[in-house]
Amino acid sequence: MSDDIWIIGTAMTPIRRHLDRDVLDLAVEASLGALDDAGVTMRDMQVMAVGSQFEPFTFGQDVQKQIGQTGIPLYNVHNACATGATAVRSVLMEIRAGEADMGLALGVEKMTGSSPPYRMTPPKAGKVFEPEGRDGHVLATEGVLGTGQMFGVFAQTGTDYARRHGGVGFEQFAKVAEKNHAHSTLNQLAQYQRPYSLDEIMNAEMLAYPNTLPMSCPTGDGAAAVVLVSDAKLRSLDPDVRRRAVKISAAVMTTDPYDPSGFAHPDVNTLTRNAADRAYEQAGIGPEDLDLVELHDCFATAELVHYDNLRLCAPGGAGEWIDRRAPWRDGELPVNVSGGLISKGHPIGATGVANLYEVATHLRGEAGDRQIEGARVGLTHVIGLGSVCVVHILERAAS
Amino acid sequence: MTRQMPVVDYLVIDDGPPHLAGHRCDECGAVYLERRNACAACGARTFSPTRLPATGRIESFTIVHRGAPKHVGPFVSVLVRLADGTFVKANLVGVPPEADAVDFGVPVRLVTYAAGTDDDGTEAIAFGFTYDEPTAPAEG
Ligand SMILES: [Zn+2]
Repeated sequence: MSDDIWIIGTAMTPIRRHLDRDVLDLAVEASLGALDDAGVTMRDMQVMAVGSQFEPFTFGQDVQKQIGQTGIPLYNVHNACATGATAVRSVLMEIRAGEADMGLALGVEKMTGSSPPYRMTPPKAGKVFEPEGRDGHVLATEGVLGTGQMFGVFAQTGTDYARRHGGVGFEQFAKVAEKNHAHSTLNQLAQYQRPYSLDEIMNAEMLAYPNTLPMSCPTGDGAAAVVLVSDAKLRSLDPDVRRRAVKISAAVMTTDPYDPSGFAHPDVNTLTRNAADRAYEQAGIGPEDLDLVELHDCFATAELVHYDNLRLCAPGGAGEWIDRRAPWRDGELPVNVSGGLISKGHPIGATGVANLYEVATHLRGEAGDRQIEGARVGLTHVIGLGSVCVVHILERAAS
Repeated sequence: MTRQMPVVDYLVIDDGPPHLAGHRCDECGAVYLERRNACAACGARTFSPTRLPATGRIESFTIVHRGAPKHVGPFVSVLVRLADGTFVKANLVGVPPEADAVDFGVPVRLVTYAAGTDDDGTEAIAFGFTYDEPTAPAEG
């Protein structure tokens, strides 16, 4: 046995001005070509990295949705001219770390001409209808064929939960925002620091039922950072540093496994459940061991469904859980004592680090006015629509 | 007669009653509305056209206020599970944009309407869903 890593399959497309093919067509050809070359399938892949400098958003997931959604971790890599090499390295490092034994790395760029766009394009004023894109749309479909806007999607996720489970309505969702705005009054780092009454929340401007304005995260700027070290390295550091150290007992990343509903409406539940279950297993810790949770409450509806997805409440019992104030800071399992995204704010890139800052600060006993006394174990959760989910479980250093 | 085009190509308006059509995976039967390269469920690469049922049930909804198209106003977005298990997103039409008007228990049926006209006078035909019964429910 050695540390060697091998290439077992490879393929490339001709380099041309591919005016008649979109970027997905090229990505799929190279990906399937490499899999075929190696005699393996997407089912054999445990990690994937997709490098493209000019494709925005969750482009890698769009590739997965063409060649196989198996729920594996995915890296969308942007790194200038080293983009493709960085995608390869991402897979290599996962393998070297023992996280995976096989993975797929792809680099792709579409730089010429007007290929058929595969994403929605807005209609041009004064035109003749002509089908565009993979759905052959002739005009913008937002508001015509339902909504795909972020706040509309998360609103529907909430009413889906309400349909499937009793005791959940507008008021239960509003109570989530009431709690998070109350929590942020103790957090000087929060964008909002004033309490909102339940009445005020429910009578505020409706964005997309059932989420009103104070039930939705604001736009803001911010940054957060962490320094990570290996266990071996930590052992060489000062006792003070070791005493304040916080262990990452679980770190899990998931994407969407295939589900027939996922193409019409993003499913934020399944990948969160998969991530949570694997994190609990990795850490050897159950939800009953948690002292606090920072979860991804981009909208109040999202927080409520994640009580269930993260196994914090009884199955189907998220409405009852918020009704009896279980996730309040003085309840049985405090959730979003920072104020959450709804009140602390949501500077997109910082959010997934800011939640680690919050939990680690409590585990060190350094959270000041908002300290959860005696906190030993905490969980963080972040989700990106498209989708990707990351769950961490943190533990205070054994004293 | 006015020339008509479907607002998306998975709506078929020139082959009998308007209906949705999908691409069914030849291996596992997964159905997709948009053009495909391969199957997200099983990886197979061939598909066959399939006609989808016109009725289904509402799985989830929202009423979009902020950012709704000005000429449309607040609208009800629904995720519909068709009778064959295919999911499609659309507007719920013919009901007021109020939460109490949305009833998960009542089946819905596909309907079509003109959503716009281009410079040549061609109409874009959109689809939505409405309650599959003579009158709207008395209460939600
Ligand atoms: Zn299939």
